[in-house]
Amino acid sequence: MSSTNSSLKELFLNGIIKENTIFKLALSLCPSIAVTNNLKNGLYMGAAVLFVQVMVNITISLMRKVIQPKVRLPIFMLVISGWVTVTQFMMAAFVPDVYAKVGLYIALIVAFASILARAEMFASKNGLLPSMADGLGMGTGFLFALTTISFFRELVGKGSLTVPTGLATQHVFTFVNTKPLLIMVLPAGGFLAVGILMAAFNWVDAKYLKKSTHGTH
Amino acid sequence: MEATKKEHELIVTVSPHIKSEETTSRIMWSVNISLLPAVLMGAYFFGPKAVITIALSIISAVLAEYVFQKGMNRKVAINDGSAFLTGLLLGMNLPASVPFYIPIIGSFVAVVITKQLFGGLGFNVFNPALIGRAFLLISFPKLMTIWTTPEAAFVAFDAKTTATPLGILKEEGLSKLIEIFGDKINLYMELLKGHRAGSIGETSAIALLIGAAFLLFRRYITWHIPVSFLGTAALMAWVFGGKNPETGNMLFFTGDPIIHLLSGGILLGAFFMATDYVTCPSVKKGQIIFGIGCGFLTMLIRLKGGFPEGVMFAILIMNCFAPIIDRGFKTNIFGALKIKESKK
Repeated sequence: MSSTNSSLKELFLNGIIKENTIFKLALSLCPSIAVTNNLKNGLYMGAAVLFVQVMVNITISLMRKVIQPKVRLPIFMLVISGWVTVTQFMMAAFVPDVYAKVGLYIALIVAFASILARAEMFASKNGLLPSMADGLGMGTGFLFALTTISFFRELVGKGSLTVPTGLATQHVFTFVNTKPLLIMVLPAGGFLAVGILMAAFNWVDAKYLKKSTHGTH
Repeated sequence: MEATKKEHELIVTVSPHIKSEETTSRIMWSVNISLLPAVLMGAYFFGPKAVITIALSIISAVLAEYVFQKGMNRKVAINDGSAFLTGLLLGMNLPASVPFYIPIIGSFVAVVITKQLFGGLGFNVFNPALIGRAFLLISFPKLMTIWTTPEAAFVAFDAKTTATPLGILKEEGLSKLIEIFGDKINLYMELLKGHRAGSIGETSAIALLIGAAFLLFRRYITWHIPVSFLGTAALMAWVFGGKNPETGNMLFFTGDPIIHLLSGGILLGAFFMATDYVTCPSVKKGQIIFGIGCGFLTMLIRLKGGFPEGVMFAILIMNCFAPIIDRGFKTNIFGALKIKESKK
């Protein structure tokens, strides 16, 4: 029992650190640059991906015995687009202001390499619990990446932070009398921010995390 | 450095045995010296604030290089003058009135992000000083375009702001520019002296030309890039730069190339920044293409773009193409042609 627990934990951490979608695999970079110019959008986008990833992994894992291998990819796509549509409707209903800005990219989740890859490589071959842990890990890793990028970009680029409180959103604070680095909220700054944070993530990983996780093996 | 030490030793290696006396640091410091006249003119026209801006920019560039190389356990190479040159060029490309943090941020971006993160001197894709300036212009669009009139900056503390000649030319036309400066000859003379609003080091055409002559004379730069750059720009200014004063429509073959060559940063760019060894093509034919591209893009931005000045973006865009241009004009390897012919 303890061994399954630890393996579930490992699966969860795998998606956050070792195979972080953005910082390690450099996949799904399009939303990580396009929607991360304020913290609120980044949070909602990350949450949407987390939700879709977990639900897709659960669904595929439950259906894995009945899916014909020859038509598995179309079925995966159908499942993914189904859950993306659910997410879209939910966001349009509850957070219409965010949806107006990131809606296009929510629809694009269908084409995320990371989600299809996890369905194909993991959920279709593993049971419910490992698949859930894997989906949670990958989704949380993505959420973490998008949150840090948008936090960094909005703070440096606008000198403010926007967070959702309840279902409404508000500015937490705004610096007074400073001239922020405007470039960070522009597209060019997105590339810079992703690059800088990717380097920082890998540096921290190589310096502090690798030792502890690899030492246990 | 190592080469000079070994000078008197018996050389047993294969050829080449004749080595140039030139070293990277010697060339870099020569370029620094060649920029001195323009800096002095800038200091004369824009006063102590200009000196402080340039000094801050140089100090922070050298410091950034030192800290980064120390931190990455690389050999500290601040003595080669390249960080000094980057800081100097960046400072010369700033308006005199910028607040103190702007040259510091610009130098950091130029030295650390543009140069050191790509592997240090010799590996940067873009001209560091220009990336520093582009970063600043995009980040602080207002602060970076407050131009002060020369006298005002020198005498009064609350400097009077004005548009650069290119800005006036773009917004209000040639007649307004002539009205401000008196007559056309006076306008040319003032532009030549550098008695106009603009970045600290770009205004004085005559001082820049003296520095450029020194570099050309010492053969640190060749004529290929500056001549093709300025020639293309002048040609385009002449063909497309003219405007019908009444209707505002384009009037072909009536433009004034001299104003376009003497104002803006085109002289500083053509002689000192487009010719950067690292970021321009190394084949001579390629350098001509590079210069033509720079001139074309500069005039395209000046005449049709959203900014009054386009030298910076033109050089940066052409920097991207430098490796491709080099590949396109690959020279024959010495002796390789013979083998090809003998096969026939």
